[in-house]
Amino acid sequence: MARVVLITGVWSYLGAEVAGALRFVPEVDRLIEVTSQDGQASRRLGDPPPDQEHADEQVVPLDVRTGQIGELINATGADTVVHLGLATTPASAGGRASMKETNVIGAMQLLNACQRSATVRKLVVRSSTAVYGTSARNPAVFTEDVEPRETHGYARDVLDIEGYVRGLARRRPDITVSVLRFVNFLGPHVDSPLTRYFTMPVTPTVLGYDPRIQFLDICDGVEVIRRMVTEDHHGIYNVTGRGVMYISQCLRRAGRVPLPMPARALGLLADLGRGMFDVTPDQRDLLRYGRVVDGSKLEHALNWVPRHSTQEAFARFVADRGLADGGSATAIDRLLAALPSAAAGMPG
Amino acid sequence: MTGSGATRAGAPLERIAPLISFVRSRMAGDYEVDEFGHDPELNETVLMPPARLLYRHWFGVQMRGLENVPATGAALVVCNHSGVLPVDAMMLQVGLLDEHPAHRHLRLLGADLVYALPVLSHLARKSGHALASPQDAERLFQAGDLVGVCPEGYKGLGKPFSQRYHLQRFGRGGFAASAIRAGVPIIPCAIVGAEEIYPMIANARPLARLFGFPYFPVTPLFPWLGPIGMIPLPSRWLIGFAEPVATDHLGAAAADDPAMVFEVTDRVRETIQHMLHELVAERGEPFG
Repeated sequence: MARVVLITGVWSYLGAEVAGALRFVPEVDRLIEVTSQDGQASRRLGDPPPDQEHADEQVVPLDVRTGQIGELINATGADTVVHLGLATTPASAGGRASMKETNVIGAMQLLNACQRSATVRKLVVRSSTAVYGTSARNPAVFTEDVEPRETHGYARDVLDIEGYVRGLARRRPDITVSVLRFVNFLGPHVDSPLTRYFTMPVTPTVLGYDPRIQFLDICDGVEVIRRMVTEDHHGIYNVTGRGVMYISQCLRRAGRVPLPMPARALGLLADLGRGMFDVTPDQRDLLRYGRVVDGSKLEHALNWVPRHSTQEAFARFVADRGLADGGSATAIDRLLAALPSAAAGMPG
Repeated sequence: MTGSGATRAGAPLERIAPLISFVRSRMAGDYEVDEFGHDPELNETVLMPPARLLYRHWFGVQMRGLENVPATGAALVVCNHSGVLPVDAMMLQVGLLDEHPAHRHLRLLGADLVYALPVLSHLARKSGHALASPQDAERLFQAGDLVGVCPEGYKGLGKPFSQRYHLQRFGRGGFAASAIRAGVPIIPCAIVGAEEIYPMIANARPLARLFGFPYFPVTPLFPWLGPIGMIPLPSRWLIGFAEPVATDHLGAAAADDPAMVFEVTDRVRETIQHMLHELVAERGEPFG
């Protein structure tokens, strides 16, 4: 159904990849890419190859926090709005206040514009599983009907945005609204606190805790958004690669050296080593209690399974970044090779 | 000469080969866990052997009525809870895994405090356990798991020795509601023996508050003898299972009917209390 698609947040790694994918979707005739005003277009993928058929593209530098977005929607007659303009860390947005403004005020302006628009028929919103929070009282696996209750930072922003989206869905039942709660992305261009965390030479962990974690390969994230644009799926969906890993397991597979420390010391380190090592309070909690969600609602709706499981996404990430694969295990292998009599009896 | 030397050196190496390959796979992170965090390899290789030693040689646990535990499909084992530390739940897990013909892996639902504590929180998950919440219970039932719960919670664990084998209140019957909603049978289970492992003569409340524990046990040996006081007394154990209480005929709507939930809860509680009396009589002397 989609003809004119407006996408926000093209400055982000996800926005850039989605824009790159949507330009080759036959149903999309025109693609309006909204990037932030200070023109951080550097992350945009290169121009499409001329020999391939692609949608008309227009890149609009625009501050989503102003009312201009409404004019843009009216002027272009967009029928599908894909909102990916989320600042995930204070550092990336120039401070927590500015981050909140980008996230919450930006979403309010955009949703206002959608509500008043006569052309918009579909809204796809990037959300996060961070809304569920992370604590010892949480169920082992979150389904979409567990009431989100996180009240800090990024998760609070996303929860607020979801609240406004719900309001829009109520007032404009004719608009198909898809809210996608993504787990942590991994991919070659993904630059998030978590990807930086896994590439540190020594990895701080919380002493005595080993949380469970899930990943989504960025190409599966892009595919989900592409399907949401071309098919109609109203509702809230968790999006994750199948399977679960422990942080300890991730570090071993990536050949990282864990440095366990008390939670308080981790906070202190984060305050001291700002920039080099930024851990927000919600990430600190994630490193204690972890978070696992159920992605089966989306799999049923799309009749599709993410191509890469959590473990595969992580393996790809390890290979991409050239992290030493199983450093200590190779040491054991070398040791065994030095004992020829043992090598004969060794499985694998 | 060199050949025979290699063979002799090879024998012990071959014996420890599984251990080396286990250590290797652990160090490489080369293993899989389920969504609850259950790590079968770690559980079987590291966590179960010490529990098994206690089960076989220290307590000499004997099982009764194992035929009441179904070989397949979801069911809820409801048992009494005592003994200061949840050793009884571990013994129940070992017993069902080793002695049940279908080697059923019991997934226990624990209090949220377990998941807030360092070390214990992830070991509980790796051992296959979950949180005592309706969501976790429902999910395990749907997967066809054998789920275990101790509805007395800390009231049972931290009760004084003088109240041994007297069941405490069964909470609000959340376990019964979950079982009814999923239509799975409830298997009442009585554990005799755990009451004597740490006979608790007093509860040092100020210390409990200081450490954030639900209680701070004072036994004849603890805290006076320090770590030695933490060795459980070698009591004799019996674990019995009663006939399953079916819930599938009640319908899922009954889970929201407090009267119905209370009735099922009460029936299960009575059955366990009755079985406790029988097993205590059968066992006789706790140490001997």
